[in-house]
Amino acid sequence: MFDWVKLLTLIITSLFFMNSVFASERKFNLGKIALKKEVAGWDIDVRPDGKGAPIGKGNAIKGEEIYAEVCASCHGDFGEGIDRWPELVGGHDSLDTHDPIKTTGSYWPYASTIYDYIYRAMPFGAAQSLSHDETYQIVAYLLYMNEIIEEDFELTEKNIGKIKMPNRNGFLLPDPRPDVKIINGKPCMKNCTVPLKIIGKARDIDVTPEENKS
Amino acid sequence: MKKYKLNNFKLNRRDLLAGTASLGAMTFASKSVLSDENKSKNLPPNLPEWTSELGEGVDANPYGMPSEFEKNVIRRNVEWLTASTESSVNFTPIQDLEGIVTPNGLCFERHHGGVSIINPKDFRLMINGLVDREMIFTLEDLKRFPQVNKFYFLECAANGGMEWRGSQLNGCQYTFGMIHNVQYTGVKLSDLILETGLKPKAKWVLAEGSDSSGMTRSIPIEKILDDCIIAWAMNGEALRSEQGYPARLIVPGWEGNMWVKWIRRLEFGDMPYMTREETSKYTDLLSDGKARMFTWVMDAKSVVTSPSPEKPILHKGIHQLRGLAWSGRGKIKRVDVSLDGGKNWKTAELHEPIMSKSLARFTFPFEWNGQELLIQSRAIDETNYVQPTIQELQKIRGVNSIYHNNSIATWLVSKTGKVDNVRLG
Ligand code: HEC
Repeated sequence: MFDWVKLLTLIITSLFFMNSVFASERKFNLGKIALKKEVAGWDIDVRPDGKGAPIGKGNAIKGEEIYAEVCASCHGDFGEGIDRWPELVGGHDSLDTHDPIKTTGSYWPYASTIYDYIYRAMPFGAAQSLSHDETYQIVAYLLYMNEIIEEDFELTEKNIGKIKMPNRNGFLLPDPRPDVKIINGKPCMKNCTVPLKIIGKARDIDVTPEENKS
Repeated sequence: MKKYKLNNFKLNRRDLLAGTASLGAMTFASKSVLSDENKSKNLPPNLPEWTSELGEGVDANPYGMPSEFEKNVIRRNVEWLTASTESSVNFTPIQDLEGIVTPNGLCFERHHGGVSIINPKDFRLMINGLVDREMIFTLEDLKRFPQVNKFYFLECAANGGMEWRGSQLNGCQYTFGMIHNVQYTGVKLSDLILETGLKPKAKWVLAEGSDSSGMTRSIPIEKILDDCIIAWAMNGEALRSEQGYPARLIVPGWEGNMWVKWIRRLEFGDMPYMTREETSKYTDLLSDGKARMFTWVMDAKSVVTSPSPEKPILHKGIHQLRGLAWSGRGKIKRVDVSLDGGKNWKTAELHEPIMSKSLARFTFPFEWNGQELLIQSRAIDETNYVQPTIQELQKIRGVNSIYHNNSIATWLVSKTGKVDNVRLG
């Protein structure tokens, strides 16, 4: 005869076993389980592959308006950067020159990062005040100004992970340091051949803040 | 128009011209402390004023401050570096400090959206992503975990970043002061994870701050499990607001930007997040236009804090040269000092304690008889890495990389005892 009680016990114990294998025990019993909606409110990051991108859309035509309204006062109408505020547009072909200009267009390897950063941190002083659609619109405007997409291109959560950024392959991994000559802790101690001519003095450049003598 | 850039800092020709006098004026003001010029009535054989009257009682200073005679020992910023002080940096006055502990109020600050003021009751640390249980911890929860107490240095990757092309700032504070060293109290992330469990696919952690910049960095899981800490105290007291109160991330030996302040969330994932701080910033541009990414470790470095541009030599005769050395790869093993621009070296005395990924103090006695000196120091860490010259770094990395300038600096002592930051070539 089939032993229902045994089978039930087997199911229960195997469920318990699976649970303890796949979900480890809590060791200290501290903290609380996060609710889905709590996580949803704080988990705002967007990954290079587009994971985490919220549902929404926007193009550069709409983006230009809102950018002019909330961003241009610091970053300039064309992303050129007013005074010392960062520039956001241009700098193409400048990275290997003596005066590299690193912008969202010339330097940033992923469009997702532009979305992620603007949504979380801009406008400066009013973080997370933009709607998702507004953020897509502004990102589309910056991509358009950097000649990466067309003016009417509809940027969405589905294609933000697929935008090809000009400097996508501009980064080197892994870290090659220590990259200086290995001398095994035994550097020259006496009569070393070293340059001894003074070729520059900070004092002559004269940009050190003057001490307040009050 | 010529531009020198440091992170978000723009400096152009106009700024260069707008700059006025250098630290020279300040350094020579300190001449008045020479005892032979002192006409005070408090000197022997007279009775000093403070002896003949009562001082303040125990209720005068519930939280004590430094002596009024130490009011020069402060963090300083360089106004023209940035457009706003909320997205800026100031520098630790390392030239005025002794030993290896940085007092809490002097630890340099780097913010991207100002200092958040957080009621600890409203603090929550969320852990989500590839964990068995997504969880939320209060500060009280964190304090009930097993705790650790560890000394670590925190150095900004851009410390010395203004000096890649030449000597620009005439001060030990401005060229080496993006560093501090404190004892942290906190909980190891490897212990926190015992509570949430970890999915086998978890390879990276996104650490996120709750400040108005929403600071975020990706950290590989090996480092997180090795020695990372969520700290709530520094040097025995609660974190200062500007250092992330009520809790921050500690990433020993790695660049300061990763030590997320005002921490609110750790997300476990299977790939790096490529945040703005690890793409646009904190990547090291080489001369061919390619940039190194994820250059986390702070290589061995040292600095002579006195004599230095702020600490001229005021007397002939014996002096104790002082300095600091550190390495993100472990303990400092040796520090050498040169007084002739690197031609001849002598080994300095290292002072206990020497701890891994912490500042180490060195001293070196020398005689000064009014001759010119070119002072340098060179750190060697326990991996036998030797602190390089700027020329060695420039040969490999060019001059545009901003970050990770751990080269040897040169202080020129003139015949009058005045000290200058100079570049040899
Ligand atoms: C009040 C001035 C101000 C306003 C307005 C402003 N920003 Fe910014 N922006 C800044 C500052 C300051 C930074 C650098 C912050 C830091 O230190 O990390 C910045 C950084 C950025 C960056 C990163 C630049 C880089 O190279 O890493 C982007 C992109 C950006 N802002 C986009 C925007 C957008 C889009 C808006 C409008 C929604 C906006 N900003 C509004 C001041 C401003």
